[in-house]
Amino acid sequence: MATVDLKDVKKVYPGGVEAVKGVSIAIPDRELCVLVGPSGCGKSTLLRMIAGLEAISAGIVAIDGKVVNAIGPTERDIAMVFQNYALYPHMKVYDNMAYGLRNRGTPKDEIDSRVRSTAKVLELSALLDRRPRELSGGQRQRVAMGRAIVRNPKVFLFDEPLSNLDAKLRGQMRVEIKNLQRTLGVTSVYVTHDQLEAMTLADILVVMNAGLVEQTGAPLDVYEKPASIFVASFIGAPPMNLLALTGSFSGPVLADGTAIGFAARETPAVTLGFRPEDADVTFNAEALAGALVLPATVEAVEPVGAESFLHCAAGGSRIVVRVSGRAAAKPGDQLRVVAKAEKLHWFDQAGKRVD
Amino acid sequence: MGDSWIAREISLSPRIVFPNKILPYLLVAPQLAITLVFFYWPAGQALYQSMLRQDPFGLRTRFVWFANFRKVLADPAYLNSIHVTVVFSLATAIVAMGVALLLAVMVEKAVRGKGLYRTLLIWPYAVAPAIAGMLWLFLFNPSIGSLAYLLRSLGIAWDPLLNGTHAMILLVSAAAWKQISYNFLFFVAGLQAVPKTLIEAAAMDGAGETKRFWTIVFPLLAPTTFFLLVVNTVYALFDTFGIVHAVTGGGPGKTTETLVYKVYNDGFVNLILGDSAAQSVILMAIVIALTAIQFRYVERKVHYG
Repeated sequence: MATVDLKDVKKVYPGGVEAVKGVSIAIPDRELCVLVGPSGCGKSTLLRMIAGLEAISAGIVAIDGKVVNAIGPTERDIAMVFQNYALYPHMKVYDNMAYGLRNRGTPKDEIDSRVRSTAKVLELSALLDRRPRELSGGQRQRVAMGRAIVRNPKVFLFDEPLSNLDAKLRGQMRVEIKNLQRTLGVTSVYVTHDQLEAMTLADILVVMNAGLVEQTGAPLDVYEKPASIFVASFIGAPPMNLLALTGSFSGPVLADGTAIGFAARETPAVTLGFRPEDADVTFNAEALAGALVLPATVEAVEPVGAESFLHCAAGGSRIVVRVSGRAAAKPGDQLRVVAKAEKLHWFDQAGKRVD
Repeated sequence: MGDSWIAREISLSPRIVFPNKILPYLLVAPQLAITLVFFYWPAGQALYQSMLRQDPFGLRTRFVWFANFRKVLADPAYLNSIHVTVVFSLATAIVAMGVALLLAVMVEKAVRGKGLYRTLLIWPYAVAPAIAGMLWLFLFNPSIGSLAYLLRSLGIAWDPLLNGTHAMILLVSAAAWKQISYNFLFFVAGLQAVPKTLIEAAAMDGAGETKRFWTIVFPLLAPTTFFLLVVNTVYALFDTFGIVHAVTGGGPGKTTETLVYKVYNDGFVNLILGDSAAQSVILMAIVIALTAIQFRYVERKVHYG
């Protein structure tokens, strides 16, 4: 049980490539922090620095208040679940799980009871005598989890642990990981590029881009108030609709010259955005006060079941609108997209949120 | 198993049928001719010779069935030769593999100049056995060798010309030195095939460097190690004639006379062709057995992951 604190952590590779450009995150005890971002954003490097597998170029990594910069991975008392599971192929499941305990000189009967009870929790009891190559992907994933849990470490690290599983299993394991982490109450850092995983698992969501933190916060706060255009377009599926604005005599207009119907904020917002579910479509022509109304042409309809996504051309861009149930519109229809003013997000020239 | 594997292969791939009946035989003919002329014919000759006995002047030849084999296998000199060969082969294989593994692990840890180290360590393989033998002979020559001088100044009465153990040590050093490069190459490749994440996982599991090597890396190198064990044994058994000939000539006494060297000695120096042929037939049986083991192993090669 421990806190994890990162202060201005940097990673510069020999050759000058800066993978992490100064990241500060404070993870309270027992919480699950998800690092999410596109590939190459530095999230895995950051995780490996917490693990001790990469040297820290600058800044401080502290576990439980103790600076661990100079301590190797062997002594940090951290367990990690690797993307490819990294199970020892020549050892049985039992020995894979017991390996870490044996290295730390745990008495034999204690190892046995801990391995067996962990295996029971993860439903691996029947597989203890198998080797990793005789297991399915989901079972290997469980063994990797078991190997981490059995040691009862201070911190869990997860490096995209579900990306090798099929979609159904991924959803199932996601729930299991969340439950396990809750029950065990072990502080965890979880790296993923899947925003759905990030949203559902995180206590603290850290969105990273190009070696920097774009936004830190509770998942729904990040979703409702994205701090930048990057976060707005990365979190949420389908992503937020973003429309560029240009100034004109009569007020801001969209790229194709459509006036947005009401004044933008006084601050120089140049992009406006709204979530697909915060908009609706109507065939009526009357103007609505206090709402953004865009004439749009339906280009494609994606029925998902409980909802449908309308892909439209509007205001010089392509936007997506979510409607519940079966969509009344069909491709080629002319209609109007309506989004309430309070559901709009505004961003400035630098891509930062304007409130 | 072999049969089922072949059956599967045939059932999976459609058989290629040549429209011409003679062409396929013509295509394999050169290969067959070479095998027949350079392998089967001499092997047959050896087998035939091993059952002949000639008088000292080569005037009369008698067919004696297995008498030569009985004689050879009862000969204390031959039994000594077997003993020498086992000691020599095992020592050579162990030294060559141990040093190669150590060097491979060390090179993997090098931060700079990995490529250079690798290249330099592979060079000795290009040295001809006799040259390698001469090199070591000179280095350890009791009167002019620089390393022999060093040994003597350390208080060791170094004398490979009279001391059989010293001669054996010298021979093993020369033979192993030549084979280290080959083993090194395979161990480097083997080490690179061990996934890095496994080492990292073991480090996080609290295993120190030595422990990681013996519990993770070494077991995963097992296929490479086994392969090299077979290759090195075969090398030490059969490919070291040049070294033995150049360094000790089987002496002092018969303390370094390996099976292959004895075949040469009895056949070409002492001109007892029947005995020599019988010995080479025995050697042939050993090669066949070793090759069979190797192939069996390769077929069942361990697949990890």
